[in-house]
Amino acid sequence: MSEKNTVEPLLEIRGLKVGFSTQNGDVTAVNGVDLTLMPGQTLAIVGESGSGKSTTAHAIINLLPGTGKITEGSIKFNGQELTALSESELEKVRGRQIGFVPQDPMSNLNPVWSVGFQVEETIKANGVASGKKEIRAKAIEVLKQAGLADAEKRLKQFPHQFSGGMRQRVLIGIGLSANPQLLIADEPTSALDVTVQRTILDHLDELTKEKNTAVILITHDLGLAAERAEQLVVMYRGKIVEAGPSREILENPLHPYTQRLVAAAPSLASRRLSSVKKDSSVAEFDLSAVAAQRTAAVAAKETVIQVTNLCKDYTIRGGSGLKKSSFSAVKNVSFSIARGTTMALVGESGSGKSTVAKMLLGLEKPTSGDIVIDGLRVADLSAKDLFGLRRRMQPVFQDPFGSLDPLVNIFNTIAEPLVTHKVGSRAQRRDRVMELLDQVSLPRTIATRYPNELSGGQRQRVAIARALALKPDIVILDEAVSALDVLVQAQILALLHELQQELGLTYLFITHDLAVVRVIADNVCVMSKGEIVEAASTQEVFDNPREEYTKKLLEAIPGANIKLGNKS
Amino acid sequence: MIGYILRRILQAIPVFFGTTLLIYFMVFAMPGDPIVALFGDHGVNEAVAQQLRERYHLDQPFIVQYLIYIGGIFQGDFGTSFSGQPVADILAATFPVTLRLASIALFFEMVVGIGVGLFSGLRKGKLFDSSALVASLILISLPIFVVAFVMQLVFALNLGWARPTVSAAADWSELILPAAVLATVSIAYIIRLTRNSVIETEGMDFVRTAFGKGLSRRRVVGVHILRNSLIPVVTFLAVDFGVLLVGATVTEGIFNVPGVGRTLYQAIIRGEGPTVVSFVTVMVLIYLVVNLLTDLLYAALDPRIRYGK
Repeated sequence: MSEKNTVEPLLEIRGLKVGFSTQNGDVTAVNGVDLTLMPGQTLAIVGESGSGKSTTAHAIINLLPGTGKITEGSIKFNGQELTALSESELEKVRGRQIGFVPQDPMSNLNPVWSVGFQVEETIKANGVASGKKEIRAKAIEVLKQAGLADAEKRLKQFPHQFSGGMRQRVLIGIGLSANPQLLIADEPTSALDVTVQRTILDHLDELTKEKNTAVILITHDLGLAAERAEQLVVMYRGKIVEAGPSREILENPLHPYTQRLVAAAPSLASRRLSSVKKDSSVAEFDLSAVAAQRTAAVAAKETVIQVTNLCKDYTIRGGSGLKKSSFSAVKNVSFSIARGTTMALVGESGSGKSTVAKMLLGLEKPTSGDIVIDGLRVADLSAKDLFGLRRRMQPVFQDPFGSLDPLVNIFNTIAEPLVTHKVGSRAQRRDRVMELLDQVSLPRTIATRYPNELSGGQRQRVAIARALALKPDIVILDEAVSALDVLVQAQILALLHELQQELGLTYLFITHDLAVVRVIADNVCVMSKGEIVEAASTQEVFDNPREEYTKKLLEAIPGANIKLGNKS
Repeated sequence: MIGYILRRILQAIPVFFGTTLLIYFMVFAMPGDPIVALFGDHGVNEAVAQQLRERYHLDQPFIVQYLIYIGGIFQGDFGTSFSGQPVADILAATFPVTLRLASIALFFEMVVGIGVGLFSGLRKGKLFDSSALVASLILISLPIFVVAFVMQLVFALNLGWARPTVSAAADWSELILPAAVLATVSIAYIIRLTRNSVIETEGMDFVRTAFGKGLSRRRVVGVHILRNSLIPVVTFLAVDFGVLLVGATVTEGIFNVPGVGRTLYQAIIRGEGPTVVSFVTVMVLIYLVVNLLTDLLYAALDPRIRYGK
């Protein structure tokens, strides 16, 4: 609600080019970007990692890392040319006129200074208040506005004593503390659980509306962008491929890249599925098509995994030194998985879903309860039998960067389980690795390369190939697609689906992302605080969620509230 | 916290007994009879020698000698050197000298090492940085006596700023030159450590965010980069201070500093069991205390560190 309807744009970017000099010559990360933002408007920049969306945002207030430089173009903010400013002049723009909320709440607060100190120094540097008492009062006010109710008590605490969501609130508070006219939010919630994401974004919306702050929201999530911003800009390889009102782009994407992005976004795919629209005109990996195929296939099959009353307690140190208390990470969890089907275990961080996976894999011992796999009680197995069981049950983990040894080439990575379990001769192992590379659609030439030469999606394919090397019946996927860009995520999901059809695999799919569940799982167990709160078929959970918690999770899926009109 | 300190002190007890026993045994096992050596060229007077052996309990078995010695320490008696001087007096005379020397050296390390390291890190790849790296490499590779002789030659003999050797009083100003020599190698390591740490911290997300908040470069460097970068450096400095405190044999020898290092060296040569063992015992204690202080300092610098086990 601005008092005057100014026609002047707040931010005007013309022909922006940003280059990085590397050992192999100069790389252009942003290649001719034009943007216009009106006061009070919200604009989302969407794209996959490496598309130049963050670089564009950082270039505005010259926060480019290392060798990054604006090589061409102009950035006008309130009529002022930002690219011409000296470092000390820019200091006055940063914070005061343009606020910045960074991506990862875990790494963006200095761990050795208290939270209060870091808020107060911002307030002091931007001249919002002066005098110790006033600065403190302002800091408390800012944090309270950002949604930290007990700000007074927590000023003296350090970042590691805050949860991810709380830290993000602190960062938002810092970004808005000097009432800037523009806020740059770089993936402000991508590291958080969906429900936390939702409350934080709601709060951000409210604050910026109230103060009439313009927002540039950078995100990889198309659904989220469409839900939060009026204007959408899609970036691909340093260029803007499509720009316009969000709803329009979503309903009628013109550029082929945007079309693929819309098709691959799991949140949107879920919506399309529920409105039963199968539009297979676009894209190689249309997730809604995959999901539709799946719902038809489930029939009564024999049980492979039977978990009964599984519990896991951890002993933790209490607040004051010697006291110890017990913490139940998993409470009375029971479920069963039929052969050849996929069960999704859904929950927020700390819900105990990964602990269940660890117990299944035998990496943690349950405190009580039974795990029966193919009629064998895991607890009764000898070390040797357990070794044999592992052969039939393989994991794929979340982080494709952390789960591959950087010093081992791809061939040896995939062959390792075969060597460990002494399967086949050298030549047979070689053939098997090649076969696996084919199965996960990787070129055979990749075998001699090392993990650091591969993209995130390729690495995850390698991890899947490694898991399949021993021809397991059961694959446990712990957040296996969470770290990937949407398009890559869609490819991996499609691959998993194909492999299941072909090899009759049973999946336990652990994820925090309900949107993905819809396209991959037959049955869903929703976990909260160590307990299963709802268990049903995927269809039922999405159409008729019974529990309040499940409803909350469903509503929090970004883009879930977007009605994609009845276009023919 | 208090529990942690208590536990560390308890852990120090076996370390204390273990090290003293080991040192005592090594001195005991040294070849040659120290009493015979005392007579020098005069020929041994058996009656006097026997008397001396009895006075110093040298006729007793090893373990009895050790227990008598340890018993004495707990009564504040560190024994007597062969020259008849109580070892406690020698300790009282030499440790303050070494403490002065170590403090000046530590000061040099902090100012020069951290200063140059910080500048280097902030100007990565520039001329200053490259020069500092080359210079530190040269200092690391030079043996300390070469540095000592060169400095002696330049500052004492050519420029005449200092005396080439230290007087018996060994006051602060006299110790500047030997302290500078003593500090060189550590300075070189600290330059490299600080530089790398600064470069690493500079690339952290929270540094970018600090700029994004509108802080000046000066403040970002002083408040956010420096403190975080200093955590590993301070650990190194603290351990190094412990090393400095237990004396520097070579440097003290060259500059004739009447400190711990030189005295200990002479005691070893003379096979003076009580003196050697007493010095080493005190050194072990200093080392244990400095280590404990280092760990506590570490927690003060980095609030994420909590003492549990």
